[in-house]
Amino acid sequence: MSPLSRKAAIAGIGATEFSKASGRSELQLSVEAVRAALADCGLGVEDVDGLTTFTMDTSSEIALARELGIKELRFFSRINYGGGAACATVQQAAMAVTTGVADVVVCYRGFNERSESRFGQFSLAAATQVNTNGLDNAWTYPMGLGTPAATVAMQARRYMHEYGATSADFGAVAVADRRHAATNPHAFFYEKPITLEDHQASRMIVDPLHLLDCCQESDGAVALVVTSVERARDLRQRPAVVAAAAQGSGADQYVMTSYYRDDIGIPEMGVVGRELWRQSMLAPDHMPMAILYDHFTPYVLMQLEELGFCGRGEAKDFIADGAIELGGRLPLNTHGGQLGEAYIHGMNGIAEAVRQLRGTSVNQVPDVPHVLVTAGTGVPTSGLILSA
Amino acid sequence: MTVRPMVNRDSQFFWDGTRAGELRIQRCNACGARRFPPGPACQSCDAYDRGYDVAAGTGTVFSYVVHRHPPVPGKELPIVIALIDLDEGVRMVGEVVDVSDEEIEIGMPLRVDFNRIDDELTLPVWRRAEEMP
Ligand SMILES: [Zn+2]
Repeated sequence: MSPLSRKAAIAGIGATEFSKASGRSELQLSVEAVRAALADCGLGVEDVDGLTTFTMDTSSEIALARELGIKELRFFSRINYGGGAACATVQQAAMAVTTGVADVVVCYRGFNERSESRFGQFSLAAATQVNTNGLDNAWTYPMGLGTPAATVAMQARRYMHEYGATSADFGAVAVADRRHAATNPHAFFYEKPITLEDHQASRMIVDPLHLLDCCQESDGAVALVVTSVERARDLRQRPAVVAAAAQGSGADQYVMTSYYRDDIGIPEMGVVGRELWRQSMLAPDHMPMAILYDHFTPYVLMQLEELGFCGRGEAKDFIADGAIELGGRLPLNTHGGQLGEAYIHGMNGIAEAVRQLRGTSVNQVPDVPHVLVTAGTGVPTSGLILSA
Repeated sequence: MTVRPMVNRDSQFFWDGTRAGELRIQRCNACGARRFPPGPACQSCDAYDRGYDVAAGTGTVFSYVVHRHPPVPGKELPIVIALIDLDEGVRMVGEVVDVSDEEIEIGMPLRVDFNRIDDELTLPVWRRAEEMP
């Protein structure tokens, strides 16, 4: 048994509304989400002694502590690589709690990613950052490759060529997510399901990606309260136990542009998967559902393969015939995913996993003992297995 | 306005090369291993001593995209961008400037050309191999 496994739990979850224009500062969004998460589990700000977030987050741990009225922090940390940080914030918190470095750690992420700094645009900031990531981007951005969709499209095209997957196979992911979002009142696309025909008819953004292969830029914040399993059991909600928490970076790794290794793909997610199965002593067959990071549809197929749900190139068959929709063999992203609910950098997916384990999802899957959750794809990333 | 590359000591030779009309690929002076993108330590033998080869400038399309939205600074859309396997065994991203979105395909042979932006910056671009003189 891994010393990290089943020692910490997500006790509380909180979020703001998800919108295209929050009308508040990014810091305020995070303050609101943290307060909601604490209220959810019945802890107060005086209980919090750790904060962790994404390197990309514009609100520092100390700024958040000031606004919340947290007097002292014993633990604070940041994780790099965009959405790849999502599950790793929970790993940070679980490690801190398990080692006694902190008692209650809140993971947070808040941004105005639609109304202020838009992630889907060509990012000059990414191309000019003064560090090795900026130097890495010298080989793509000046050549015109500099939006998230474009970097994913390059992988998707090769994947289609190698394994015979089609745009319609990618579309099945969008259809499933939007079906789930359609019954989630918190989702952007509440009551707006799509058909595969809608997907195929949507305009091309970067071939082979259609508009409906891409998530929506969003404003909002999510916070997760992590404490020991023992303490969590005394709180208001049923704990979501951290059975496994892993990070992964692959050979010759880059941020969104790992194009120089023989078989491009996302082997970093394989690193995460192997570690999740090792720590948890569970296997893909034990998962009645999963939350797979879905900023762009093609990576959902590739993740199923890297995580061991099916063999290489077999995801297009695995997802066919509604297998990843409610009632299917492996429902994915029951909140609607980032394609359907909102793109809160993967943190909203972790919250949905917690709801599924509590039995309170709007799209509840029957009898959920475990949920696998993954973080950003195409980047150094992370994953969780949460258990009831 | 073209997006300018960040350049440091490890990559300066590449951009000096494009300015001189050469596509330079880092080669280890100790073991001969080639690599792209460049870096300070050989991934094969750990040596720091390095030079470069001038590539033949030919390769084939490993993957590609057609970028239509959103805007890209300095570009009129759509543009075709490819991931190109060079004959020297390394891979790089480049804009393909004379192949339409209908014609581009994996395996297509390409040849490098150079797009002089200003005195400081020349970008490698790629054209259909058979159309070069
Ligand atoms: Zn060497």
